[in-house]
Amino acid sequence: MSKFESHGSYTPATGFGKWIDARMPLPRLMHDSFVAYPVPRNLNYAYTFGGMLSIMLVAQILTGIVLAMHYTSSIDTAFSSVESIMRDVNSGWLLRYLHSNGASFFFIAVYLHIFRGMYYGSYKAPRELLWILGCIIYLLMMATAFMGYVLPWGQMSYWGAQVITGFFTAFPVVGEPIQQLLLGGFAVDEPTLNRFFSLHYLLPFMIAGVVILHVWALHVTGQTNPTGIEVKTKTDTIPFTPYATIKDAFALIVFFIAFAYFVFYIPNYLGHPDNYIEANPLVTPAHIVPEWYFLPFYAILRAITFNIGPIDSKLGGVLAMFGSIAVLFLLPWLDTSKIRSAVYRPWYKLFFWLFVADAIFLGWLGAKPAQGVYTLLAQLATAFYFAFFLIILPVLGLIETPRRTPNSITEAVLEKNKKRGRVAPSATPAE
Amino acid sequence: MSEQTINADEPTRRDFIYVATGMLGAVGAAALAWPFIDQMRPDAAVRAAGQPVEIDVSGIEEGQAIIVTWRGRPFFVRRLTETEIAAASSLTEGDMKDFQPVDERIGGPAEAASEQWVVCSANCTHLGCIPTTVDDAPEGWSCPCHGSVFDMTGRILRGPAPINLPLPPYVFASESTLIVGTETAGA
Repeated sequence: MSKFESHGSYTPATGFGKWIDARMPLPRLMHDSFVAYPVPRNLNYAYTFGGMLSIMLVAQILTGIVLAMHYTSSIDTAFSSVESIMRDVNSGWLLRYLHSNGASFFFIAVYLHIFRGMYYGSYKAPRELLWILGCIIYLLMMATAFMGYVLPWGQMSYWGAQVITGFFTAFPVVGEPIQQLLLGGFAVDEPTLNRFFSLHYLLPFMIAGVVILHVWALHVTGQTNPTGIEVKTKTDTIPFTPYATIKDAFALIVFFIAFAYFVFYIPNYLGHPDNYIEANPLVTPAHIVPEWYFLPFYAILRAITFNIGPIDSKLGGVLAMFGSIAVLFLLPWLDTSKIRSAVYRPWYKLFFWLFVADAIFLGWLGAKPAQGVYTLLAQLATAFYFAFFLIILPVLGLIETPRRTPNSITEAVLEKNKKRGRVAPSATPAE
Repeated sequence: MSEQTINADEPTRRDFIYVATGMLGAVGAAALAWPFIDQMRPDAAVRAAGQPVEIDVSGIEEGQAIIVTWRGRPFFVRRLTETEIAAASSLTEGDMKDFQPVDERIGGPAEAASEQWVVCSANCTHLGCIPTTVDDAPEGWSCPCHGSVFDMTGRILRGPAPINLPLPPYVFASESTLIVGTETAGA
């Protein structure tokens, strides 16, 4: 048996359960994956976002499918069909606000999930593939969110589509044909809206597929934990249910309270008023900004205002933006430190928080006009973003002196309890 | 078959079938994939909408600019004043990254005494936003999205846009009729 020894085994109680188990042991798979599955005993609330994200994906698919029953993807009727969802369809306003704010909260959870992975070094061997699958999910999420934002056919929808498909024109020779292939025309128009609707419906199911791979990969290597030390003995783990289940559920409810506050009290806070004006191909809104979750990348795009050798500023901006996401895929190999968790890496901890601040700062800059001092600040912040991955992480692993790491998860937990003056519990948590 | 001696080095009939099936399968898959990609390209209706359009420009006074559409894309038509042309002409190669002389950027009807019309794309060459028309010679357009500034004839002065606003094929059929989409009148 592996060190991730199961805490219990599935025993079907009923005759029907035994009958199923002998033919297609799906209940057994679910039991072993989500009930008896052993998780490190020291997981904190930072580890609850994964479960939250799966729930959000299901929620988005459910509200999305219902909205699609009332939406029409023609440029003549798309805008008014969304308005009729808001005014005429029974509970339509709620479903739409759940869906649009749900996208934002999906991204809030995914960013916290990614930052947690970075803080605790979750991407390090043997979990590189797990991390890469996560990056793929993130990319698919961005594509889905972008196309979804085009569907209401407001001004921001239209001009966002124009700007984002315009990225491809930056590439010499092949750029323009690629853009026409994406748009299905010479400009954003009816064919564009139709295919975006089709793809917006498809991509969440592709995300669901990659999520299954992500969870599969997670269950092969097991979860990391705040100490970054691998599970060594059975005392290091506790069963997923009830311990992780109840923690995930509690965090989910807190998350949903915040979500509900936005949906019911400030449903348009994260949107743009311009998107309540129907798309007009002849007027660009004075201030185009993407949704908040794209702002850091938008700032990076606009930061490159100078030519780099043969690469003009436009291609440079697009490459920097794509590069800022591509670099995430390489993270497991850029971080050279053998210590996983930032808890035992004083310098990495500092630079990690600087990186978080930098990402938030870039997001703030992305919402500002691209001129004057903002451009310079965006250039500095972009430089730090890339330096963090390409210089700081590789070098830090070589020169940093980590703090002493405990020998096992159990030891770390007992030490912590001792410091807090608690009585050391027995090795197995009380049932 | 039973009489045939089996030689390990000789390809068998199964090897042949394997290679032949595999190759035909690959060709078939590629052939079948093409329509799935091809359907995404501009369709016949979109391509047909690419026919030249006729625009009545008799109402445009000097100093005014309008936006017209051809192929679903916007184009500026701007009639410059003499001072605006002079301001644009005073700019030198050092002022811009994609220099073109003014006379290559403007045109007009054959009957007119001088060329004073700018017909150029209204999609910023950065990421496609529509620049705002400004009257601040030599600056003629400024893009609200990412701050590119173009001169009166659509040449890029500064900002992230890499090249000038492209000129569509156009011709003045008469003093009051502009045709965008072709260079030959009466076509």
